[in-house]
Amino acid sequence: MPESWRGPCRGRRDVKAALALLRRDIALAFREGGAIGVALGFYLVVVAIAPFGLGPDMNLLARVAPGLLWIALLLAALLSADRIFHNDYEDGSLDALAMGPLPLAAVAASKSLAHWVTTCVPLALLAPVLGLLLNFPIDAIPILVLAMLVGTPAVSFIAGIGASLTLGLRRSGLLLALLVLPLYVPVLIFGVSTISAAVTGPGSPWPPFLMLCAISLASMVLAPLAAAAALRNSFR
Amino acid sequence: MTFSLTNLANPSRFLTFAGAVIPWLAALTVILLGIGLYQAFFVAPTDYQQGETVRIMYIHVPAAWVGMGCYAVIAIAALGTLIWRHPLADVAAKAAAPIGATFTLVILVTGSLWGKPMWGTYWVWDARLTSLLVLFLLYLGLIALWQSIEDPGRAGRAAAILALVGAVNLPIIKFSVDWWNTLHQPASVFRAGGPTIDPALLTPLFVMGGAFLALFVLLHLIAMRAEILRRRVRVLQQTQVAQAALS
Repeated sequence: MPESWRGPCRGRRDVKAALALLRRDIALAFREGGAIGVALGFYLVVVAIAPFGLGPDMNLLARVAPGLLWIALLLAALLSADRIFHNDYEDGSLDALAMGPLPLAAVAASKSLAHWVTTCVPLALLAPVLGLLLNFPIDAIPILVLAMLVGTPAVSFIAGIGASLTLGLRRSGLLLALLVLPLYVPVLIFGVSTISAAVTGPGSPWPPFLMLCAISLASMVLAPLAAAAALRNSFR
Repeated sequence: MTFSLTNLANPSRFLTFAGAVIPWLAALTVILLGIGLYQAFFVAPTDYQQGETVRIMYIHVPAAWVGMGCYAVIAIAALGTLIWRHPLADVAAKAAAPIGATFTLVILVTGSLWGKPMWGTYWVWDARLTSLLVLFLLYLGLIALWQSIEDPGRAGRAAAILALVGAVNLPIIKFSVDWWNTLHQPASVFRAGGPTIDPALLTPLFVMGGAFLALFVLLHLIAMRAEILRRRVRVLQQTQVAQAALS
């Protein structure tokens, strides 16, 4: 955004500052505990109640497993998404960060990345266990985890847009879900088709996998700009 | 005073302009709708394959043009809000969102009514239908965001950011029928190499397209006028409260 483009170039110092911020957010999330556990527990519960709704037919469960695992992951990631900026907004450190020399887009990027490391990576690593509950074929588990690790940066960065737009609003969590879930449709489509193609075919899983990479990379570049604009708007 | 678009940036001048234009636009809409509906229902021949149900097209397709065009209007207005701080841009975007949502709902409903006799089902999860449903959800999200932020300026800018992010969906809808081979028929009017529809069917379609466009502009101007007046009332109420607090 224009404001952050002005002034002397501080390339290396900015990278250092952003990394320090990332380390701080990750350390805070792990030491605070709770949030990660709640997201993981939510993931487990959503997947565990699905067989009660769909019936215990193992063939059916294996067929719906890729979509079910992805949808439950998106919901679990959304659960903690409004915390991306919320704590720092409450105690005023977000104001301090906005006044500081680090571009706001870099702040937004590092906070979204922290959400990815502390929420989406644990969720993706839990997915194989839940996959076994759903009769997901064991030999396809590496690609399940790979697709989730590659697709979830888009999940965290798009959640960052939603979190910055709804910062400080009443019922922000509900609004966040309404704003962000439609934007997750491409991730969901290509994430599921990568896994389904690997399990049942026909065709190679790599074309949808590459689309998933493209979506993640594009949202990692563009979403922080939108989130920074929204943050600046909420300070006004 | 020479007429130019920048003059309309002033809300008062816009109100005068809208007041003068609205009756004429209303007349134009009624005439075009009259001609278009007459042609669509009585003049246009029935399709050799689809029979009478082809007439749904005269509502469905123009509604689709307007429903998607309306999002483009919102996206352009979002640029106006964020870049030029144009005073009317977020009024235009806010007024357009419910209209766009309604037209999108019309697309979805007429589409499923058409789908039942043609495809044997009201709804399929094909690319065009799904991306249009996402467009409808985006409209709902925009409206919800406007509703939940108290300050109109902040709400306008937040919605503008969301509108630009959601604009990614528009090309996906347009090209969904070309990129994925699905049940929905491929582009047949606006395509390289000209339309594939017979002129006897196409002329009423364009008349209806013009009628829907006029209807959209009419509704949009009315909604914008209402929104400007609503903001004036808000300011008046605030000054009244402030004066009451002072005295």
